[in-house]
Amino acid sequence: MEVNYENGLNLKATELRLGLPGSDEPEGQTTPRPNKRTSSEISSSGLTDDGNDDHQASAPPAKAQVVGWPPIRSYRKNCIQAKKNEVEGGTGRYVKVSVDGAAYLRKIDLHVYGSYPELLEALEKMFKLTIGAYSEREGYNGSEYAPTYEDKDGDWMLVGDVPWEMFISSCKRLRIMKGSEARGLGCV
Amino acid sequence: MESSELKRSKDSVNSCESARRSSFPDEVLERVLSLLKSHRDRSSVSLVCKDWYNAERWSRTHVFIGNCYSVSPEIVARRFPRIRSVTLKGKPRFSDFNLVPENWGADIHAWLVVFAAKYPFLEELRLKRMAISDESLEFLAVSFPNFKALSLLSCDGFSTNGLAAIATHCKNLTELDIQENGIDDIGGSWLSCFPESFTTLEVLNFANLTSDINFDALEKLVGRCKSMKVLKLNRSVSLEQLQRLLVNAPQLAELGTGLFSQELTIREYEELESALSNCKNMHTLSGLWDATGIYLTALYLACTHLTFLNLSYAALQSVELAKLLAHCPQLKRLWVLDTVEDKGLEAVGLNCPLLEELRVFPADPFDDEIVHGVTEAGFVAVSFGCPRLHYVLYFCRQMTNAAVATIVQNCPDFTHFRLCIMNPGQPDYLTNEPMDEAFGAVVRTCTKLQRLSVSGLLTDLTFEYIGRYAKNLETLSVAFAGRSDWGMQCVLGGCPKLRKLEIRDCPFGNAALLSGLEKYESMRSLWMSACNVTMNGCRLLAREMPRLNVEARGGMPRHLSLLSEMLGTRQTENH
Repeated sequence: MEVNYENGLNLKATELRLGLPGSDEPEGQTTPRPNKRTSSEISSSGLTDDGNDDHQASAPPAKAQVVGWPPIRSYRKNCIQAKKNEVEGGTGRYVKVSVDGAAYLRKIDLHVYGSYPELLEALEKMFKLTIGAYSEREGYNGSEYAPTYEDKDGDWMLVGDVPWEMFISSCKRLRIMKGSEARGLGCV
Repeated sequence: MESSELKRSKDSVNSCESARRSSFPDEVLERVLSLLKSHRDRSSVSLVCKDWYNAERWSRTHVFIGNCYSVSPEIVARRFPRIRSVTLKGKPRFSDFNLVPENWGADIHAWLVVFAAKYPFLEELRLKRMAISDESLEFLAVSFPNFKALSLLSCDGFSTNGLAAIATHCKNLTELDIQENGIDDIGGSWLSCFPESFTTLEVLNFANLTSDINFDALEKLVGRCKSMKVLKLNRSVSLEQLQRLLVNAPQLAELGTGLFSQELTIREYEELESALSNCKNMHTLSGLWDATGIYLTALYLACTHLTFLNLSYAALQSVELAKLLAHCPQLKRLWVLDTVEDKGLEAVGLNCPLLEELRVFPADPFDDEIVHGVTEAGFVAVSFGCPRLHYVLYFCRQMTNAAVATIVQNCPDFTHFRLCIMNPGQPDYLTNEPMDEAFGAVVRTCTKLQRLSVSGLLTDLTFEYIGRYAKNLETLSVAFAGRSDWGMQCVLGGCPKLRKLEIRDCPFGNAALLSGLEKYESMRSLWMSACNVTMNGCRLLAREMPRLNVEARGGMPRHLSLLSEMLGTRQTENH
């Protein structure tokens, strides 16, 4: 391996340091390294510049924050984004709805509704049942039914806890629980 | 404008050597020179002597201006009186990636005004990265009665209303090619603006547009333009509509489908398959948005003579690609998404021995959690199976020096090597070393290399190699690389044919910038952003080289963004 005296006395060769043999850790570089946020990243993400060193220990920034990298033309980027919107529920977001005890499932388009009350009203009409009102502390306590949904992580959650927009993007399917199981959800 | 006879007699009076030198009359010389198509040849010819300079300028019908700020339209018109076709390029390439501010310039209108006065018989205009408004398009449409071909690539500033103007007024139009532009797609019925009597269209490409088009108008248009060779549809055209178009246009040589995903009956599927396979002249296929395995089978019979297949908008899996490629033995150019993964690329190596160009685009470039895509293994597999490979654009998340060395050993004829390791500054993932040796192998082995894009963790050594070995290199793109001014100095001092150099986020400063003074006059452009160049450095450069266009922009936090368009006035005709 070439000995590089570019930086004066090659003290590096005599240093003890952690790192794989052959790896070359540049010091005092102005070249942005993957785990440092460059100013272009900071400016595009809208945060104030805290100085790069403060971010050294933080997780690598999401690639989307580096302006113009990877070098992909706008048209292709827009196609990718449009596809993501579609997949994550851009236009038309159909999810299955099951009700305990019902013979078959239904499907509804979450995008038709603008809020939880609208959705619940529609469900009530569709399955001819009463769900009632949501309260943060007690869920749908008092009701025979509790609307739940499976989120992206596969967990079953009570409908109503998170903001509507977040709910739409993470809801994979709905299940309206019935009976004692449902009532149990109100007082965990 | 002077008449040709008057001009020529003046010239021969001025040049006392002309009587001795010219062994045949100007008209003959012009005739001979009119057969010359290459710009470089023409440039050489024009330097021989004054007679040849004049004969060349009178016989030139196509002018190519690689940098619209290198020369004024008046100068062009004065020198070349008989131009029928113009190609103009404007903004720096990094404007494609949002690194150039809006309203930077490169507006076509001033050029159009001069052309309308000096070249009333203009037939072709091809623009890349220029700003063009609807007003300009309308002006173009009404100013040139012989206008035949309009091609807009990566341009912006216009809407579908501008296209309507072209369709309405250009009675002799043969080509309308709208590619990847920042177009304000307000829909409208621009396609219906082609008059019923209009039949001359040979090339129609509106794949870029997102809005619905008037299919009825399109169907009629395609039906009556019997010479149509190239038809590239946009997403809004369905499979069923595609079939109806193809039935009336089996002569197509290049087809861009619309959305390639629709529920079809068996009969509809068979009709589609039949219509596709009836296109016996088809050598290029693109579009194929959202194509899935089920419908790709309809293409099999149509792919026998295919030389260019663009699947970069279809997220195919490896098996689907493999099955399709088995029917494409003549393939020379292939564009895919990295959803095909290494296994898909193995299939490329196995099925496409004639392959010359491969581009692998990332399906999900901005998602850190993706672990799929292609790796060095896929690239290596292709190199073993495709020895004629000379053009590659490869987006990946990991690479090794050893793999690249193997690749260029298998394919030493690379002319374009564009490798994008998507995580900036990433080392060889096996050895954790910089990727210097990879690009060293590329420039050492591939003596014909014209274009190189580097990536990954790179020290100045990469640039030493480039300067030392890349003797045919014309275009170099660098990002997040290098250690010091020395790197850039090596490139500027070493690559005799360097024309375009674009650098971002590298530690190159004023010393590097100023080391290239002699070089810049023979280059088309230099771009440096987020480097260590300062405003003073730029001022010094501009002072030392008054014939260069130097533009420097402050405002980027921490670093100066230097944008330099540099071209001596001599260079107009060279590119």
